Parts: sequence; C-alpha cells; structure tokens
Amino acid sequence: MANSRNLSIKGKIGTHLFLLIFSVFAIYPILRVVSISLRPGNRLLSRSLSLIPPNATWDSYIRLFTREPFLQWMGNSLFISLIVMFVGVALAATAGYAFSRYKFRGRNSSMLAIITTQMFPVTMLLLPLFIVLIALHLYDSYVGLIIAYSATALPFTIWQMKGYYDTIPYSLEEAAMIDGASPAYSFYKIILPLALPALVITALFAFMTAWSEYLVAAVLLQDTRLFTLPLGLKRFQANMEVAWGLYSAGAVLVSIPVVVLFMFLSRWLISGLTLGSVKG
Amino acid sequence: MTSTQSKNSPMLAYLYVGPALFIMAIVVLYPFLYNVILSFSNMNLTHFRDWHLIGLKNYLNVIEDTKFWYFLYKTILWTVLNLFFHVGIGVFLALLLNRDIRGKTFYRTLLILPWAVPQYITALTWRGMFNSQYGAVNLILEKFFHIQIAWLSTEWGAFTACLITNIWLGFPFMMIITLGGLQSIPGELYEAADIDGASSWQKFKNITAPLLKPVMVPAIILGVIWTFNNFNVVWLVSNGGEPSDTTHILVSWVYKAAFTYFRMGYAAAFSMVIFVLLLMFSWRFIKKTRVTENVYG
Repeated sequence: MANSRNLSIKGKIGTHLFLLIFSVFAIYPILRVVSISLRPGNRLLSRSLSLIPPNATWDSYIRLFTREPFLQWMGNSLFISLIVMFVGVALAATAGYAFSRYKFRGRNSSMLAIITTQMFPVTMLLLPLFIVLIALHLYDSYVGLIIAYSATALPFTIWQMKGYYDTIPYSLEEAAMIDGASPAYSFYKIILPLALPALVITALFAFMTAWSEYLVAAVLLQDTRLFTLPLGLKRFQANMEVAWGLYSAGAVLVSIPVVVLFMFLSRWLISGLTLGSVKG
Repeated sequence: MTSTQSKNSPMLAYLYVGPALFIMAIVVLYPFLYNVILSFSNMNLTHFRDWHLIGLKNYLNVIEDTKFWYFLYKTILWTVLNLFFHVGIGVFLALLLNRDIRGKTFYRTLLILPWAVPQYITALTWRGMFNSQYGAVNLILEKFFHIQIAWLSTEWGAFTACLITNIWLGFPFMMIITLGGLQSIPGELYEAADIDGASSWQKFKNITAPLLKPVMVPAIILGVIWTFNNFNVVWLVSNGGEPSDTTHILVSWVYKAAFTYFRMGYAAAFSMVIFVLLLMFSWRFIKKTRVTENVYG
C-alpha cells in the first residue's frame, strides 16, 4: 500500500485495465454456464455468443426440481458436508494448536506424515477401497464417505490452523496461566476466539471438500437415491446432447451457496490464509 | 522463547493431535499398506481372488514401458507450466490489488470466483467451451481472428485445453495467498526505499519478494503436489485421455489402468512410483525451507 501513494494516472489506468481483463477471464466461463441453463431445449447446441439467450426460460430449473431427484441429492450432499465440516473444524483446531504450541515426541514427523498423505495418487487409496468394498459387499454407506472426506480435508486445515496460531503471541496464554487458568481453559477461552478467521476458513475448506468431491463417492455409492450432487450432475453430463441444460442449471444451483459463502468470507481470507507462515 | 511450554503436559498435546491422526490413519494407512502388497502381486480381472505375489515384475513393467517415461515428461511439463502461470498471474494480480485504487473489493470478489465453483463443474464447463463447433473458445477465435483450433481432437490441443482450464482454476489460490502475505510487510520498508530513491523493480526484488517467500514456499510445495496429482481436470476435460489415450498425466493414466483395464497389481506399482517421485521432491524442499518448525521449535 505504501508503494502506491504516488501512483500516476497512467499507472492507475493500467492497473484497472489489467484487473478488468483478468476479471473477464475469471467470470466468463461461469456466465456461460448461467447462459446455457436459461436456453430453451431446442437451442442447447447454439452457436450464439450472447449471454442472455433469446427466449430465455426457467424450464431446466423447473424440470430439475419436479422431474429429477435433485432436491434429494442436495439434501444428501448438505447432510454429509455439514458433518464433515464439524468434524474437520474440531479436529483441525485442536491438532493445529498442539503443533503450534507444544513440543512433543513425534511432532515434526507427524507434520511431515500429514503432508505426505497429499502425495498419494488417487488410485492409491481408491484401489484398495474399491477392492475391499467388492469383497465385503459394502456399498452405499455414508459413514465411509464422511470418514474419507474428513481425512482428505485435514492435512491442509491442520497446517493452516497451525500457521495462524503461530501468529498469536504466546504471552496471552502465559498471562492467563499466571492468573491460574488451566492450559485447556486458555486454549478454549482465549486462543480459539482469536483464531476465528482461521476457523472460518477451515470450516469452508472442509465443507467444500465434501460438497464437490466426485471420485470417492462414485466408487462408494451405487443407489441413485443416495447420490451426492456431483454424482447426480455427472449423470446428466453423460448424456450431454439431451441434458446440457439440466447439467448447467444444476451447476448453477450447486455453486451459488459456495460462491455466496466465499464472497462473504473473502475479507477473512486475506488476513487468515497465510498457510503455516514461518517464524524466525 | 519459553521453556515452561515444553514442560507442561505433553499428554494434552497427544490428546489434541490424536483424533486427527487416528482418522487419517484409518483412511490412509490401511489402504497404503494394502497397496504396497498389491504392487507385488499379479491381481487383475482374471486373477481377482486367486492372486499371488510375483515380486518386482510390476515395477519392471512400469519403468520398461515407454509410455511411463512419456507421461512422466508430460506430467513434469504440466506441473511446471501450471505453477509458473499460477504463481506469475497470482502474484501479479495480488500486487495490483494491493495498490491504492477504487473498486478493489469488487475485483477481488470476481477474481476468486474460479476457485469458489466446484472443480468438476468448471472442468466440464471448459470441456464444453472447447468444443470445436459449439464451444465459446472457437466461436470467439473465429469471430475476432478467423481461426479455428481442433482443441480436443489433437494431442497437444487437448493438452493446451487442460492447461488453460487448470490455470484458470489455480491462479486465485495463489493470488489470495500472496495478498495475505503482502499484508504482513511493514509499509516503513517501502518508505525507507523511497527515500533512497529505489525503483519499483528494486523494491519488488529486495523487499516484496524476500518477505513473501515464507508464505509462498508452503503454498508452492502444496501447489506442486496438487498439480502433479491433479486427476480431475485432465480426466474431465479430455474425457478420460482422448484422443486415443494421449492426453494423460501419470495419475490419469494409472486410473485408466486400474478402473478401465482392471490391472490392479500394475496400477498399484505405478501408484507407488508416483508417490515416491513426489516424496523425494517434497522432502528435499521441505527440509531446505524448514516449514514444519513452530515458533518454539
């Protein structure tokens, strides 16, 4: 900010120009989906570039709610994602705190092990999962899905929480302890409230992990009534010529809650998301 | 800073870390060990229940296959190009957004949208946009430059399509991380540089870049790992490797071997190779940059 006080007019125009160009690049594909979702059925494969199609219609949306089990899929996804969010926040908040504040045996190796899990290619976990499920006839259960998603969200969120705790001065806990507070008390009552921005980001990330995951769900769930949103939408996409409109309408509906949440949280993203920032 | 800290109850530390590590162990440890055993076995569709161990044969098959080396080369190219554009565009936009201009919040909101929309949706949307007849990309190219590109039906066209999609998806993350890092740089440093008559480039090179490093390094490590293993974009944009299994990176190729051709043992060995490659890279990087240390470590 300090380096911008004497920004020339030319510099200002240039800044706006670049930001504008990239903003268009960023939102055009999203507007395109919205546009396709509003096209009438006989114009899905149109060569038009206009964003508001001629004879725009809500047909795809109406069909989604009345003729397809879209609401049910949404309910399933919401149920799974909320549980994953709570589990993720609870576990990452505590684990990140221990990594930031305590010295204990296995601390460094645990942190390395956590990031190592990110290096497994999808097949490494899916293949055994798939084989075990076939052997045990264990399809169609949410328990496995919830555990898998929580574990997927944890590595990033733990590192993220740890980085944020690192920026909170330890003197706060020291002062509390001099006043006779227990370590657990000072964590819950003093540090946790201060870490709210990071907790919000953790919650968002955990929710997103479950809300938009496709592969594991595709292996685990066979019954269409149990489908999560990504599975349901992919089904439309398999038959693109017919269901382009349905797919696009579904995509818009799936994205809206997340986008609104992101917009709401973006203030905190700036101050909070500095990943395990290094000190000293 | 404080020696009291390490003394007080490591039990509490284990209590805090325990549940998270436990849940990750269930999901990761068992499949990992299972995968190791599979990688030495001959399990495939014909030997699904009566499989036995065959030693290193799968591993030899992997590294003797010219396709492995070809896809490895493609994967490295893919990772390097993606990271270059993610970090380049991300840092560039963050520096612009950090300037004192109007409408900052507005631009920032628009620019993080690609990150907010679920990945499988945007990947499939871009696939639609690259359609040679009805896709927006060609329609725009045709209108303004009178050219048509066969994106999805040629090997490098499809690769470029995947690349563009993933650059679009990935730059907001780096932008946000950089923006966060920029907030922690004290303004006085720039003032001092101004007094010394430093140019903008000198200020960037000597103040901004070094002070961004601590924040950027972990993000870049994770970025490399995520990009190297980015199954979704390549698989969905190229519709499983089209044209004729040329548009693959290592993960998507091994997925095909496992779930289309059901060569379980081979796929397991292949997964191990990918994992070891990433492990070697990241551990070196992590050790060099010491990101796991805590404030008191």
